[in-house]
This record gives sequence, C-alpha cells and structure tokens, in this order.
Amino acid sequence: MKNEYSIDQLKYIATQARRDVVRMVHGCQSGHPGGSLGCADFMTALYFKIMNHKPDFNMDGLGEDLFFLSNGHISPVFYSVLARSGYFDVEELKTFRKLNSRLQGHPTTHEGLPGVRMSSGSLGQGLSVAIGAALTKKIKKDKSLVFSLHGDGELQEGQIWEAALFAAAKKVDNLVMTIDVNGQQIDGSTEQVLSLGELDTKWKAFGWRVLYMDGNDMEEVVATLLLAQKKALKKKPICILMKTNMGHGVSFMTGSHKWHGIAPNDEQLSLALSELQTSMNDY
Amino acid sequence: MTKYTYTEKKDTRSGFGAGLLEAGRRNKNVVALCADLVGSLKMDAFINEFPERFIQTGIAEANMMGMAAGMTIGGSIPFTGTFANFSTGRVYDQIRQSIAYSNKNVKICASHAGLTLGEDGATHQILEDIGLMKMLPGMTVINPCDYNQTMAATIAIAEYEGPVYLRFGRPAVPVFTNPDQEFEIGKAWLVRPGKDVTIAATGHLVWEAIQAAEKLEQEGVDAEVINIHTIKPLDEAAILSSVAKTGCIVTAEEHNKMGGLGESIARLLTTTRVAPQEFVAVDDSFGESGKPAELMIKYGLDADNIAGKAKKVMKRKASLTD
Repeated sequence: MKNEYSIDQLKYIATQARRDVVRMVHGCQSGHPGGSLGCADFMTALYFKIMNHKPDFNMDGLGEDLFFLSNGHISPVFYSVLARSGYFDVEELKTFRKLNSRLQGHPTTHEGLPGVRMSSGSLGQGLSVAIGAALTKKIKKDKSLVFSLHGDGELQEGQIWEAALFAAAKKVDNLVMTIDVNGQQIDGSTEQVLSLGELDTKWKAFGWRVLYMDGNDMEEVVATLLLAQKKALKKKPICILMKTNMGHGVSFMTGSHKWHGIAPNDEQLSLALSELQTSMNDY
Repeated sequence: MTKYTYTEKKDTRSGFGAGLLEAGRRNKNVVALCADLVGSLKMDAFINEFPERFIQTGIAEANMMGMAAGMTIGGSIPFTGTFANFSTGRVYDQIRQSIAYSNKNVKICASHAGLTLGEDGATHQILEDIGLMKMLPGMTVINPCDYNQTMAATIAIAEYEGPVYLRFGRPAVPVFTNPDQEFEIGKAWLVRPGKDVTIAATGHLVWEAIQAAEKLEQEGVDAEVINIHTIKPLDEAAILSSVAKTGCIVTAEEHNKMGGLGESIARLLTTTRVAPQEFVAVDDSFGESGKPAELMIKYGLDADNIAGKAKKVMKRKASLTD
C-alpha cells in the first residue's frame, strides 16, 4: 500500500491518530501518551505515504518495506496507524491494555496482531532486530527497506551501540532508523538523567549517514523520509534525528516528561479532544 | 545387554560444526552468526562453503541475538554461536523478548557448557543455562551426548520450527552412538534396559551413566540408563514407565542441581508417581579452574559417583517397602 496523500490529508490522519492515542490511554487509564503524540506525524507519514507495505499481513514481509518499533511503550500510536491503514479493525483499539486483548501494553507477536513483527518494550533491542531483518532482505536480494523508530532515552542502552557499530561496519544500507529526540524520559530530561551529548557527531563517527527533521512538521517529515529513501542502498545505514515535542498536539501535555506515562482523566480527555479536530471517525 | 564401546573420542562441538554444514546443504535458509568464536564453535566448514550466509558479529552477543531474531523475518533460519555463558546469561533479556516471546525460529547454539571449559574457570563456565532456557515458554532445550548425536541434533533442529537451545561441550568425549541415527526432538533414548534403578542422564554424562551401569552390573545391580537429550519438552512417558519398573531414579547432568534436568524430573515425579530420587549435579556452586577430567571428579559428575548414588537411592527405595 502506498497512497498519494497530500500533506493536508496526512495532517488530518495524524490528528485522528492523536485522538485515538488519548482515547485509548484514557479508556484503560494506562499507557504512554506523550511520546505517542510526539511521533504521530512521523508514524502517519511512514504508513500512509512512505512505506511500500501490505496490510494483507504476512510475517516474512518479503518484497515490502518493514517497520520496527523499538520504543514499544508508544504502542498507542503504532496501533492507531496500523488499524487506520487497514491491518485490523479500528474498533479493536478499544481493547488496548485490557484483558484478552491483542493490543498488549507493549507490542507483541505473541497475540498474533497483524502488523507486529517483533515484541518490544524492554528497550534497546529494536535496532539489532531491524538490522537482522535488513540482512535477510540482502541475502534474499529484496531491495525494499527496513525502518525503525527509537526513543532518545533508549540510546542509553548499550546494545544500541553494538548495533550501531555493526550496521556501519557491515554496510547495512537498506536500513533507515529514526530517533525521536524529544529530550524527555521517565525521570526527567535526558540532559538531567544521562546526557546523550552530541548525537549527530556520535552517529557520524560510527559511520552512519545522518539526516535531521522537525518531526512535528508534516511537510518536513515527508521530505526527509523521501530523501532517506533516495540516500538508501548507498553503502551507509541512515539515522534520522527527529526533533519532536513530547505530547505534541495537546497543549497541556506538550514538552513535559510528566505525560510520558500517565493517562488523562475525563476532563483532560475532553480538553485534549477539543484541541484535536477529527478528520476521519473515532472508533 | 548391549555393550557400548568406543574407538575414538571426539568433541561434541565438532559434531555441531559437521551438523551445521549438513543443515546448510539441506536448507538454503540456514544462516550462521558468531561472536568472535568461529574456531571454538567449529563453524569454519560452514563458512567456507556458504560465506554469504555467515555473519561475523564481533564480540557483541546482545546484538547477535537481536539480529538473529530479526533475520527470521524473511525466512532465514539463524544459528547463533558462542560459549554457553554468553549464549544465555549474558543475553537473557534479548532471548526472552526478541526470540522466545516473539516465537522466532532462532537456534541458540552454545558450546563449552558446564564445567568443561576447564582452566578458564568460572567466568567462562556456566552451570545455570539449562534452567534459564527451560524456564522460557516455548523454548526447546537439547543437550546431546556425543559427536554423532550432536550432529544429528543440529540437523534436526534446522527442520524444526521454533526457538531452540542446543548445548554442547568442549573436550573430546567417547563416541558411542550410531553415526546414521535419526534425532527425534523430545523422544528419550532407552540406552540400556534394567529393573533395579533408573539412571536418567543428559549430555556427555550419558557415557558416565553407562560406565556406572556396568560397574553396578558387576555388583549384581541391574540399572536402566535413559538418555534425556531433550530436556524440554521432557519425555515424561519414558521416565514414568522406567520408574514404574525400577521404583527409583538417579539423574545425572553437568549443571547446577538447581534448575536442571534433575529438577524437571523431580517435578514430574512429585505430581505423578512419587519415587526416591538422587541428584548427580553440581551442588549449587560456581566452577573453578582445572583440567576437565579433574573437575568432573571434584564436582562428583563421574561414573563412580553415579554408581554410588544409584546404590543410595536403591536403599531409600528398600526402606520405603520395609
């Protein structure tokens, strides 16, 4: 599936994804709205514009682009774009984090949810997985790409740097990783908790091609992802440093780590929805 | 009574290397990953024949496990290779989330398991790996007894869909099984029938169990020996039918007595047919430096100790019927 949506249409879809996120987290009074809202534009662009993918899901995904969510706690936005792009019924979003649901708090293959190819939640593992999938694509002469998304706090896990070293050394150039640089993690800002230093020089020094974008500017997101597709398959893995605002789109959730992992109450939900004009339909 | 003899000793890891090559020839989806221990894992032959299907990961086991999980997406069948300690304990969370919970078709191949890494000492030995792996839902755990069986097991797991932990050792041990054997995952092998005591052994301790049974025979004890090469899923029917006949059991493994084969069998017996059991296993300690043969004796993993435990458990059985 690769649709020719306009920037405005993509913005509408991203707004719908944000409505889904706050309603899902409110519905079970649990989950992670902040990062989900911040990444809604990127996830929408990826699934509705950039990736060549098939909602008629099969695990192997040969001949199509693949996506791996490494920071699994932003599952609400992942589930929303999967449902909205046709992997499963949008109604199922209601079951998020509830008993007997396929929409576990953190994504898993265990319950057989279409669109999910790897469990994530314990941080730092998704880049290795994405590299592995990219390696099999190379062995099978499949020219499609592998995309992944990571939190910036997640870079504190050592496995990320093992994977970073490997991908550059072995020229895994069918890989586009994106880092959500929102500067926030559970205990505070990344600066306070454990500063990541200069991310662009770090990734360049590891041998990656580095691109930058404002992750909450749809035009820029689409343009940068198109550029990444163009730069792919040229000897270097690609890392996109994506600046976002945690909680973007909901004024009172924006920019604070406090909304990393808490749910809005009824009043806060109404306020949030009033700021998010719907364009499709709520589940 | 079948007499088992051997004419040569070979290391089980070489059986793995030979099996990997054959599995690679039979199935083009088989790929191998190694964290800087190609020689130790005997992967050279596979690499020579299928260089494009080999991934050298460097000394980065967590990344290796994650990549192996990812490689299954698209149909590769990855075999990871490093020492048992770095195949399990070091990367437990990666195996748990990306391989077991995600039910990925990865074969975790672990050499130098148990004490037999010898002189390198406890940091490079592991006596907890069977427990760690068997506790993961959906993980198959295999510990073959000699070169031939390791080769057969390696070929068999390539044809099996799902995560597998395959454990083997470093030193050369007697080769006493058939070179053309079929390996059936989850099906125990009755090595030697007997009626007085069951000895259920795994890995190269099967040979020690056979030696113990022969010593016992000279003392008039008729011991049954079962090779439990698959620890999970456990062949419960084979164990229960043996214990129904003998009334008591000794379990023998190169592993901590906590969490290993013996504990799996104890759980089975307490929930079905209670029978006296004795453990031949490391008594909840780390290993140490030494020659493998010396360590086997110091930690009580040799034929003499198995025979002693057999006599002890038979006395306990007798006391129950007094």
